[in-house]
Amino acid sequence: MSLFNVFKVAGSGMNAQTVRLNTTASNIANADTVSSSVNETYRARHPVFATLLSEEMGDAAHGVQVVNIVKDQAPLRQEYRPGHPQADANGYVYLPNVSIAEEMANMISASRSYETNAEVVSTAKQMLMRTLQLGQ
Amino acid sequence: MPISLDDAFGIHEQAVKFRAQRTELLAANIANADTPGYKARDFDFAQALQQAMQGQRPGELARTDARHIAPAAHYSYEQLYHTPLQPSVDGNTVDIHIEKAKFSENAMQYMTSLQFLNSKISGLRKAIRGE
Repeated sequence: MSLFNVFKVAGSGMNAQTVRLNTTASNIANADTVSSSVNETYRARHPVFATLLSEEMGDAAHGVQVVNIVKDQAPLRQEYRPGHPQADANGYVYLPNVSIAEEMANMISASRSYETNAEVVSTAKQMLMRTLQLGQ
Repeated sequence: MPISLDDAFGIHEQAVKFRAQRTELLAANIANADTPGYKARDFDFAQALQQAMQGQRPGELARTDARHIAPAAHYSYEQLYHTPLQPSVDGNTVDIHIEKAKFSENAMQYMTSLQFLNSKISGLRKAIRGE
């Protein structure tokens, strides 16, 4: 029955937004993690969303899935801090390529989308309850 | 006068079915609001109503021979795409505020159809009891 598919679709949406929120939290938490080489430095992570095409959901309902989590390839920040315990031989430390402003915007967008999907679930629940009470 | 229970509910039975499927489609649009390349879809009510009245399904091939394969059971109304008001770079055509408005509108219309069905049922019940 199609109304039950709404739960699956909105659930997949909430799941994807949670993953996005998780990557944002990870990025913000690691925004100031310094390291002494380029390879060891944390890189910002971003989820890749794709439409979930599944047979059981039928023709109309397409949920969303996270197909991949990619690392940001933007250049890392390099700072000259000779006194830092993590500094390399030349006195440089490397900082992650996390943009706090970008992450904050991402966070707000993700939480808004999550809320919308939660509202969809609650509306669909009301519709189902009313349908079950039909003729009583 | 013959009384047919099939006709008792009139168009509301079809309307509830249509609204339920539209709910599913709009929920998919909302869930995919951030998916790159996703194209928002919707049904055309007038067209669907006309098809329901004529007892015809969209794009269904005529089965002129008994050995023809029947179309899949979940075959529904024709899905149409729309032009986005604010196109985005990633090719997504979901206008989230419009989809939310449509979802609420559709939910209200579903409840309305249910209310009509409820009235029909209580009418029938009264007739049966002779109240």
